Amino acid sequence: MPTIYARGQKGRKALALPNLSRKEEELLQKIPEGMRRKESPRLPEVSQPELIRHYTHLSCLNYGVDTGFYPLGSCTMKYNPKLHEDLAWLPGFTGLHPLLSEEEIQGALAVLWELSEYLKGIAGMPGITLQPAAGAHGELTGMFLIKRYFEDRGELPRREKILLPDSAHGTNPASAAMAGFRVVSIPSDRRGMVDLDALKRNLDETVAGIMLTVPNTLGIFEEDILEITKLVHEAGGLCYFDGANLNAFLGRARPGDMGADIFHFNLHKTFSTPHGGGGPGAGPLAVSEPLVPYLPVPEIVKDGEKFRLNYDKPKSIGRVHPYFGNFLVMVKALAYILTLGDEGMREVSAAAVLAANYLRVRLKGTYKLPYDRLCKHEFVLSGEGLGEGIRTLDIAKRLIDYGFHPPTIYFPLIVREALMIEPTETEPKEVLDTFCEAMLKIAEEARTNPALLKEAPHNAPVRRLDEARAVRQPILREPFPGN
Amino acid sequence: MNPYIPHTRRDIEEMLSAVGLPDVEALFSDIPEEVRRRFQPLGLPPRDEIWVHRYITGLSQRSTGTKLIPFLGAGLYDHYVPPVVGHVLSRSEFYTAYTPYQPEISQGTLTWMFEYQTMVCELTGMEVANASMYDGATALAEAVYMARRTVGGKAVLVPKSLNPNVREVLATYVWAAGLELVDVPYDEQGQLTLSEIPEDTCALIVQEPNFFGVVEDLSSLKERLGKAFLIVYVNPIALGVLEPPGKFGADVVVGEGQVLGLPLSFGGPLLGIFATKMEYLRRMPGRVSGRTVDAEGKEGYVMAFQTREQHIRREEATSNICTNSALCALAATVYLAALGPEGLKRIALLSMERAHDLAERIFSLPGFRPAFSGPFLYEFAVSFSEAERAVRKLREAGIAVAGPALLEKCGVKNAFLVAVTEKRTPEELDLFVRSLSSLAGKE
Repeated sequence: MPTIYARGQKGRKALALPNLSRKEEELLQKIPEGMRRKESPRLPEVSQPELIRHYTHLSCLNYGVDTGFYPLGSCTMKYNPKLHEDLAWLPGFTGLHPLLSEEEIQGALAVLWELSEYLKGIAGMPGITLQPAAGAHGELTGMFLIKRYFEDRGELPRREKILLPDSAHGTNPASAAMAGFRVVSIPSDRRGMVDLDALKRNLDETVAGIMLTVPNTLGIFEEDILEITKLVHEAGGLCYFDGANLNAFLGRARPGDMGADIFHFNLHKTFSTPHGGGGPGAGPLAVSEPLVPYLPVPEIVKDGEKFRLNYDKPKSIGRVHPYFGNFLVMVKALAYILTLGDEGMREVSAAAVLAANYLRVRLKGTYKLPYDRLCKHEFVLSGEGLGEGIRTLDIAKRLIDYGFHPPTIYFPLIVREALMIEPTETEPKEVLDTFCEAMLKIAEEARTNPALLKEAPHNAPVRRLDEARAVRQPILREPFPGN
Repeated sequence: MNPYIPHTRRDIEEMLSAVGLPDVEALFSDIPEEVRRRFQPLGLPPRDEIWVHRYITGLSQRSTGTKLIPFLGAGLYDHYVPPVVGHVLSRSEFYTAYTPYQPEISQGTLTWMFEYQTMVCELTGMEVANASMYDGATALAEAVYMARRTVGGKAVLVPKSLNPNVREVLATYVWAAGLELVDVPYDEQGQLTLSEIPEDTCALIVQEPNFFGVVEDLSSLKERLGKAFLIVYVNPIALGVLEPPGKFGADVVVGEGQVLGLPLSFGGPLLGIFATKMEYLRRMPGRVSGRTVDAEGKEGYVMAFQTREQHIRREEATSNICTNSALCALAATVYLAALGPEGLKRIALLSMERAHDLAERIFSLPGFRPAFSGPFLYEFAVSFSEAERAVRKLREAGIAVAGPALLEKCGVKNAFLVAVTEKRTPEELDLFVRSLSSLAGKE
């Protein structure tokens, strides 16, 4: 793909900017010689039509939820309502500086406060912070909270261990390690759930907590959840719940009622603020009573009709975001919650779980389903055994030819050649059926014409890309002559 | 059914019958009964689109702060956002996609990531850049973590002239890692003075320009630090006129990218810039797009060096970051492409011109003095014996500045901070000076 650098000519401009009234030289003199820029950065020089055509062309090479079915497991790629986009761009939100005085930001504080109340209710937990900018940022903040909690109780450095099921998202162990905890992996049992005996063996006075994903990344609800959280609490540990999979039980169950001490939301997943091509998201964190004193500052408080910011929290971990978190993302989440109400949220989990189970049942005869039981919003197939040398990667690339975004592949790690499928609630049954037919057809092609899979994709903007070469011969920026 | 779910009653019946379940409730039989029994709804009715539109629009109009003229910067700046940025961002092929795990159908995202990385390297003078962090503050914290992994040490040297909000985020991360913040003082010019460098120094942080708007001299710092990291926290617009930190041997350059085509947005989403030396590539956090070829030899892009990342390396990863600020990085890419090298410089110079005009006029008023004598670009601190009163006076005239409380966090008393962008008009400058003139001579 030619980059923007391949377009334009020296001296072309995309914008008409004001002229200077003073001489450029005079202004530059105000900067000490040694700190004055000597060479201009090599930036593109394009006209406005070239600029717009280039990025419009690039957009056409992308596949989004608005393009078609995007069953990327654990990412909840549901439809993103257009109302949200317009609301987030309202000038009363975009034009507001976060360092204005309390009096001057009442509308924005109202958004934060109202969303906080709803999220606490959805979690069934008494405390919240909206600061984390993404799910993993929420996890890290949660680990900081655990650390501060035990520090305050004088139980550090003894409590240095975080337990993690082997099915956990990669961000979980990375977050725990980043906060300075030692990660201990707990195996899954034959049901695909936490092995209770293994858990018990690891519960001692060094445990700081456990990080669970509910339902887990196999899409299976931990049926022993109450037992697990009880055991961890009895050992003096805290229970962190990864909320990536909240779509599975939205409006029907609350992490607080399952024994969670910390629960992060992914607003870009469950609450359909879009994923933005990789971000921004938002990862608010709800907490149980004992952790409330440690939450980041400031806290947003409602005093009668006024909102104010409370910085007086001596036990707080401090800030994890320079301001209030990803505010515009929160505006969208609030709009979504208001549109749905309780009833709409129950419908989300019902439709998402029904769609996943429908696909599971239709595909399991043809594809291996290592954990064959009722699933929640997603399920995991294996691409093994379809044909000589056929790998899950080949199935994924062939799905592109049929017009679908492939599922998450090679995750969770406990399923070989994993295909993790999450249809979400926003796909018509016809689309689910067409997807099933493509999957069944691909399984047949794997036997009759494996080259079709090995060489896929055939009709994407590019053929299969050489990922190894990008590491072997790294080109990570435009190599200008003379570099 | 809510408007985003397309299932008809018949669809639901057909799917239930395929699954072999009597009703939707049976799909949730695996959730312990006790948990389901404890559930309590929010008490919220569903609302129609017109209601939601009206309600949220109403909230947006409740903040009186948007009516003030923003001479308030202090880390986020009211630069002009050209419409081309918003129009590109609103292409839903960009914003409804996720991380480009499947490169063959994500060439749009991967190509602009590569362009963005190129532009960040050009601005900062560094060899490699990632495709975004959440914001400047967490990018800085991650740079410190990277320094610790690379060179060890415990002391993180931080000037008192670092943005206090950024410093507070850094302090949280530094505490969690068992590191120590060591204050570096500033002189009457407002520039940092580095006397001795402790034995166990992990990194020195320099903000450029610093929180007071003063340009720091980066020369010879890296030489003095030795193996300890020089981390420079930049305002990327200022790099249109300032020498890139790469020229001074910076190990990591981070910064807040909001100024590159993003509105203030009540402080989020923001854009964390992160660039480093090629030798540290494998220690760098975040996503990177790399150029390669497809099976037919055609050029294309993929996510490169993923083995650093959490989804592969888990607890051994260089960071836990997954979701980042991709769409904000796209905004910066389009913004920089629209400006070009001359446009970027022009934005910096226009802001400087207006700022220096205003500063000269303010400082000609008796009693108003520059808090620091060092060189500045388009933000400066004003000393006045009754700073609070001056700020109130400005508010009455409809002008917002950063008040004394923020500067006090940096040890500066009786002063306020004024930022001027290319958007400010001569009339607004007049109003500013007029509002203060009645206070002049009060010292």
